[in-house]
Amino acid sequence: MAETEKKSSRRKFRGEVFIKRERCKGCGFCVEFCPTHALGMDKEINQKGYHPPVLVDPDACTGCDLCGLYCPDFAIHAVRVKIGSNESKESDDAC
Amino acid sequence: MHADPKGVLTGVHFLDGDHACCEGAIAAGCRAAFGYPITPSTEVVERISQRLPLVGGVFVQMEDEIASSIAIQGAAWGGKKVMTVSSGPGISLMQEHIGLAAMTETPCVFVNVQRGGPSTGLPTLPSQADMMQARWGSHGDYETIAISPNSPQECFDLTIHAFNLAERYRVPVLVMMDESVGHMTERVVIPHPEQIKIESRSVPTGPKEQYQPYAAGEDMVPPMAPVGEGYRFHVTGLTHNDKGYPVMSAEVQEHLVRRLVDKIRLNANKIAMVEEEQTEDADVILVAYGITSRVVLRTLHLAREKGLKVGVFRPVVVWPFPEKRLRELAEKVKAIVVVELNYGQVFLEVERIVCGRTRTELVPHGGGELHDPKDILRVVEELS
Amino acid sequence: MSDQHVNPVEPYLRMDRMPHIWCPGCGIGIVVNCFVRALNQSGIDADTLAVVSGIGCTGRFAGYINLDSFHTTHGRPIPFATGLKIAKPELKVLVFSGEGDLVSIGGNHLIHAARRNSDIKVFCVNNFTYAMTGGQVGPTAPVHSIATTTPYGAYDRPFNLPFLADSTGAVYVARWTTYHVRQLTRSMVEALNKPGFCFVEIITPCPTIYQRRNRLGDGLEAMRYYKRFSKVINGANTRMVGLELKGPIIVGKFIDRDRPTLLEAMNDEFSSKLGAKYKPYPTGVSR
Repeated sequence: MAETEKKSSRRKFRGEVFIKRERCKGCGFCVEFCPTHALGMDKEINQKGYHPPVLVDPDACTGCDLCGLYCPDFAIHAVRVKIGSNESKESDDAC
Repeated sequence: MHADPKGVLTGVHFLDGDHACCEGAIAAGCRAAFGYPITPSTEVVERISQRLPLVGGVFVQMEDEIASSIAIQGAAWGGKKVMTVSSGPGISLMQEHIGLAAMTETPCVFVNVQRGGPSTGLPTLPSQADMMQARWGSHGDYETIAISPNSPQECFDLTIHAFNLAERYRVPVLVMMDESVGHMTERVVIPHPEQIKIESRSVPTGPKEQYQPYAAGEDMVPPMAPVGEGYRFHVTGLTHNDKGYPVMSAEVQEHLVRRLVDKIRLNANKIAMVEEEQTEDADVILVAYGITSRVVLRTLHLAREKGLKVGVFRPVVVWPFPEKRLRELAEKVKAIVVVELNYGQVFLEVERIVCGRTRTELVPHGGGELHDPKDILRVVEELS
Repeated sequence: MSDQHVNPVEPYLRMDRMPHIWCPGCGIGIVVNCFVRALNQSGIDADTLAVVSGIGCTGRFAGYINLDSFHTTHGRPIPFATGLKIAKPELKVLVFSGEGDLVSIGGNHLIHAARRNSDIKVFCVNNFTYAMTGGQVGPTAPVHSIATTTPYGAYDRPFNLPFLADSTGAVYVARWTTYHVRQLTRSMVEALNKPGFCFVEIITPCPTIYQRRNRLGDGLEAMRYYKRFSKVINGANTRMVGLELKGPIIVGKFIDRDRPTLLEAMNDEFSSKLGAKYKPYPTGVSR
């Protein structure tokens, strides 16, 4: 936990995640392949009976949008936000 | 609209039907063709491969007829007037894509230079045994238009007509030649471009975001948007709604397929094209199309010389069949005799239409040669 | 965490047709994501694109994408695409279809389009089965794999798709899995910008059918497998990248070469024979 706090103080960017719970079909790709393990499966289910993702470690999210790339149901995506600014940057397509 | 002068070889020519068909296509504005060799149609594409590059068009010999029959549809959506050419075995391969063209309402022309069948049959000899296939060959309910030229001149004129009908109704149109017309060399007069009337598909007006690719007005033909201009439309062979989106329901099926079929059936009288010879006072009428329509003219003259009142009813457009006129004639005559180079195909349609109003007879022939006019005369004499 | 920012994929989807029919854990949606990001990165005007697909699960791609799109007959998107490109060379014509569609019934068209260097981009989604119709054996199904029409195990040797595309003349050949999202996106950008016949094989989980019938786990298991057992070997000899039921997966960009496209070759030949009598046909290529 201490390490993450140290990292956050140096970071210029953080991530913001947008989840459309009702689209999720519970494949688990986003949770599995998030490089910073920021996502987990919700204990609650959505209307279709699947467990959508939730952001379990918001600080860990860098806005890399790998979750968005991996989601076959277009139920999640992330944007990179400059720390200290109020506006969201566009999704990081350049990587 | 008139023909593009670049494509029109105005003048008097001595051409066979295959070559005249090629010239008709180019005069009609065909600038993309895809084909595969098959006797007796090959000469059409051989000439096209020579002519199209010189008038700004492209011909590609594809790997097979199946590829040809769908490459033309890609090119049609790319904005071109398109044609493919084949004969029996190749036309059989193309049936799925004739159905696709009907379902997606893609304007295109399929030329069938009929030969003896079934299967490999008689590659270098004529028949008229693909007539029913021209209408029913693909699966499902749909309509095509089929035209039967009987001379090289008509191969030129009626191929232009085929293109115009394809554009007007957004259907696949079949030009039903046969080996004798295809390989017969006769005088062909190609007029000035201003004398050649050309039709093109209607395009949508109105805002692109509101365009519905399969929403039709009273004429039952939807305007066809060009690709690559921001319409962002979807075309599918699945049953689809007015937006072009696939929907699996009986209601959408009825809405779509009913219109596809009615588009032609309810316009049958406008599409009909018939030639009649001495039918006004006839007791016996000979029904024939394509090359056989010329054979029966000989029978007509022989019969009239003997004092027999014979007439000829020639559907030039065979599908949709000119029902109205045939029914009128059936009321007045003693017999209707269908003469065709097959074992009875258009005959079945004639029987259905006549529906017992008068006697119907068939003079069949397996193909390979043409009927002897005297054999037909014998039947006429028995009936008179 | 809010619902306000729009997923970048949505402007390219026909949102009035969502949700799509693909199963939980199916990778085709990932292919859509990579394609949309590739479109954005390439800077190509989406109005100048046309997408053609065949029949099958991947064939449904054309119906969901908000571009001029064509859902054609089984096995035949490639010749349709060739015709479309020839008629309107300024279009970029893309084919998205499954391996059964493109390589089995469509095999003849694939090899000829590659031979001719028809200027189309083919994205071949390979899930080793005919999923839409319930899981029949496909031309890439590994030996011993179970399918409804090979209930005792497939015994035909499968195609090695990169080798097939390479040997028939494709100028760009790559294989990625749906785990390799960034590399796949990059390959798509490269293919979009490269003239000539480009072929990208995309290995994708089919959890409902292929994975389940062959006891390979669900979609997540497939993706873990791709991550663990893929080896990136750019420039690999395509003869050596065949696949087995439980073997390594060689991925990478294997072929990137240049030769005249169908229309360029046509112009070259006609110009040399006809001289000034021939006006070169537009090719849609700027080299």
